[in-house]
Amino acid sequence: MTAKTHLTRPHVLDLLRQMLRIRHFEEKCAELYTQEKIRGFLHLYIGEEAVAVGVMPALQPNDAVVATYREHGQALARGVAMGPLMAEMYGKQEGCSRGRGGSMHVFDAATRFYGGNAIVGGGLPMAVGLALADKMQGKTNVTACFFGEGAVAEGEFHESMNLAALWQLPVLFVCENNLYAMGTALAISESETDIHRKAECYRVKAAAVDGMDVIAVEAAAQRAVAAIRAGEGPAFLECRTYRFRAHSMFDAQLYRPKAEIEAWKKRCPIEHLKAWALGASMLHADDIARLESEVAAEVDAAVAFAEAGTWEPVGDLLRDVTTPRPGA
Amino acid sequence: MTAAANPAQPTYRDAVRAAIREAMQRDPRVFLMGEDVGRYGGCYAVSKGLLDEFGPERIRDTPLSEAGFVGAGIGAAMGGMRPIVEVMTVNFSLLCLDQILNTAATIRHMSGGQVSVPLVIRMATGAGRQLAAQHSHSLENWYAHIPGIRVVAPATLEDARGMLWPALQESDPVLIFENVMLYNMTGTLPDNPGIVDLDHAAIRRPGGDISLITYGGSLWKTLTAADELAKLGIEAEVIDLRSLRPLDDATIMDSVRRTRRAIVVDEGWRSGSLAAEISARIVEQCFWSLDGPIGRVCTAEVPIPYPKHLEDAALPQPASIVAAARAALGR
Amino acid sequence: MGLFCMPSLGADMEAGKLVEWLKQPGDSIASGDIIAVVETQKGAIEIEAFETGTLDQLLVPIGQTVPVGTPLAAIRGAGEAPVAIPAAPPMPAAPIAAPLMQVSPATPTFGSAVKASPAARKFAEEHGIDLAGVTGSGPEGAIVFVDVETASRAGGMPKPAAPAPAKPAAAGLEGMRAAIGAAMSRSKREIPHYYLGHAADVTTATAWLAQRNADCAPQDRILFSALLLKAVAVSLAGFPEFNGHFGKDGYVAAKSVHLGMAIALRGGGLIAPAIHDADKLSLAEAMTRLHDLVNRVRAGRFRSSEMSDPTATLTSLGERGADWVLPVIYPPQVAIVGAGSPVEEPRVVDGQIVPRTICHLTLGADHRASDGHRGALLLRAIAERLQKPEAL
Repeated sequence: MTAKTHLTRPHVLDLLRQMLRIRHFEEKCAELYTQEKIRGFLHLYIGEEAVAVGVMPALQPNDAVVATYREHGQALARGVAMGPLMAEMYGKQEGCSRGRGGSMHVFDAATRFYGGNAIVGGGLPMAVGLALADKMQGKTNVTACFFGEGAVAEGEFHESMNLAALWQLPVLFVCENNLYAMGTALAISESETDIHRKAECYRVKAAAVDGMDVIAVEAAAQRAVAAIRAGEGPAFLECRTYRFRAHSMFDAQLYRPKAEIEAWKKRCPIEHLKAWALGASMLHADDIARLESEVAAEVDAAVAFAEAGTWEPVGDLLRDVTTPRPGA
Repeated sequence: MTAAANPAQPTYRDAVRAAIREAMQRDPRVFLMGEDVGRYGGCYAVSKGLLDEFGPERIRDTPLSEAGFVGAGIGAAMGGMRPIVEVMTVNFSLLCLDQILNTAATIRHMSGGQVSVPLVIRMATGAGRQLAAQHSHSLENWYAHIPGIRVVAPATLEDARGMLWPALQESDPVLIFENVMLYNMTGTLPDNPGIVDLDHAAIRRPGGDISLITYGGSLWKTLTAADELAKLGIEAEVIDLRSLRPLDDATIMDSVRRTRRAIVVDEGWRSGSLAAEISARIVEQCFWSLDGPIGRVCTAEVPIPYPKHLEDAALPQPASIVAAARAALGR
Repeated sequence: MGLFCMPSLGADMEAGKLVEWLKQPGDSIASGDIIAVVETQKGAIEIEAFETGTLDQLLVPIGQTVPVGTPLAAIRGAGEAPVAIPAAPPMPAAPIAAPLMQVSPATPTFGSAVKASPAARKFAEEHGIDLAGVTGSGPEGAIVFVDVETASRAGGMPKPAAPAPAKPAAAGLEGMRAAIGAAMSRSKREIPHYYLGHAADVTTATAWLAQRNADCAPQDRILFSALLLKAVAVSLAGFPEFNGHFGKDGYVAAKSVHLGMAIALRGGGLIAPAIHDADKLSLAEAMTRLHDLVNRVRAGRFRSSEMSDPTATLTSLGERGADWVLPVIYPPQVAIVGAGSPVEEPRVVDGQIVPRTICHLTLGADHRASDGHRGALLLRAIAERLQKPEAL
């Protein structure tokens, strides 16, 4: 059954908490990365919190989620515990992927969170398949597939749109259009920059929404998911958003002007929700202070968990390449 | 009854079809997905008649979207189904190599063992029908390179019939390579074939003088070569690898320790071939038993040409296998 | 409160060049404030502090390139004393990658610059065959397995039963003849043979044997060849230049007497496996061993050590052979004793002509290891021992 968006105080508190958790987690990751506790590539969700946090309330526990290498926000909002998530960032075996994946390959079977994918566009066909399995088995699950606007240039995007529409599969395609595919602006890589129109060309119901407004995102997501569950086929949400930090940590951001970043920062989804909630007297300042301090404590605990974590023995190097045979 | 049921002289194609039918009858989670598998009846007529029997949901025609439908197969397998994805030929699989390597083979490891992909992908492979450069590849070797998947090459009717079901029982992806030159091959099949394992190579012809190691379409050329060699007093032992990943080292090495000489017959291009891998393993494990260098009979370093005489010259043939064996034995 | 260090900004960033301070000592710092600019291979990147406090000291001048982790500034928390600046940490030594590759186990050294296959070398080592003396039939004259196998069959040994499908009998015989031929050719080619003969009077020995056997069960009877075996073996113990192997480093006398006994096979062929420590056996033991060896040889079951160990050989022609034999030495041995079939011949004893049983002993020996004087003494020693059979 679909849950309608009731803007009750508890719900608004929850939306804010989820966005704050992501924001603080990501900021802590940036700090840890500069200290070389986190290595490899780190892609932060700061600024885009409203998209993940707005979509997740529309999903049920049995639904599936597929995301990208910028997936910490989706993972936290979906319910992956922060401690194992941080441990995964560190590469410890207490991490949600046993430390084997790192930042770009977060997986959690318990919440049907299927990663974590470093190939742009790579998750879309998989999402189509998960939805296909649900439909063939007569289940009413929805598969939510998050990807950036850079993915719409890849062939796999087009193939997946086509298959989903052709077979009327229960996929919610969530395109996080943050205007830049690494260092390449949308305007110089797509002939058609209204992304949702591409989905319409495949006969997938599509809408564009302000990705900095968590309530707008949630409303759109609830509508889309309800339609999918009612058997109306796949849906596409273009969420217009912006990442406040660079593509990854090692990025001089030569491709976008500082003024543009500052302008978008003024539309911070967290500040936006706070302002609205305070103005509507739904939340008070001490609610926010309390949330901030609880979230800070949760992040500290997650770091402590990761620090205390252990390294997988080198002798286990070859495990989990294939499934062990019973009795082997 | 379709013409395919219990023909007097079944073909390899009939055997594959029978395997698919049986799997679909036994397990409702199994379905076949690929280009032209339904209404067309399959590019090589393997799935002819199956659409009428099982319907369009389970014999599912796809658009020309290899990455899309292979990825969908992966997701469907993760989601509880047992898909058989047919990639028309290995030549087109390059379009879905990303999904096979970066998702199917890797997701179990990246997720720390949480997610498995019980997916079967069937592909036609090989040359011999004058289809020229882009339709004649043998790239089994590229897939046998990848940790996380199994690769098998049924060369006999028994294996074509018997390997599919155990492949569907695997928790990890299995790639089944069917050589195009084998589809028309006739043979016999028992009504109740026994269980066929995926793990072991088979000695198709025992012999004491030299081990001829091969797989897939090359098996029959190698057996023909062995008959020729026998007339010259050379008793060749022919090993059908059956599984290309993992390789059955034990069977290979046991044979080479006895015969002390080996030739690998492989339809892939010679450089960086599966034959090269097997040769390296023999050197690693059997060096002190070897009585001469290991030979390789592979496809020449040329994109497969169209005219028959050039195509034949490029591919391994019984004559070149015989010549290699004679050279190895100094006879 | 803490040190602000050069941050790691990327997987491949090892150092950064400080190009600008955006805060000065005394300025307050909040977590997230950009306080400096660092030049990297990707361009200038602003770096932020993650602490709140007051900027205390700048530790690195503008324009300097420092490794990731180097302290750039000290930040003092509220109410804290200035921070003690630790000495710059030394650059960590590049970690030595632990060798992941397995080193191959020490390989057996086969020495020799001779071109031979691994299988051939291994067999040669196991059977004490000198590759220098083997002719190769492989490509470019390389020695292959069949060549060393043939050389080892120089002792006349047919190929032991192999797990491979058995060849037809005719082919096996041809193979053995070829092997014998090759070995004998090599022997005659390489060993400078000299020959001596001595007619040994074995009347006493044969009479003693007949009497001893009369009181025995058939399976306990001693054959003349066992007497010969013991007489030769015990004698050889005193003549080390006839008991050993001639290798690439010259002649080496053996410490033990392992006497090769030439045994004819039904269907043709001859092999001469060793009876180990033949000089130390009792006559009964020698007989038992001989019996066992003959049976096993005829059944094709003998050990490789029996083929490679003989230190000298005795070829006895039995009852119905020639009167005397000029035997060919089995390399790498240096001597072979021949014994003809015992015959009745007239001899002069105490001025009378009487019939005696004579066994013509011959010695073929390698002139590189011994000379005729000693050879003659060896033959006389054997003949003398045969006069006292009860002591054998």
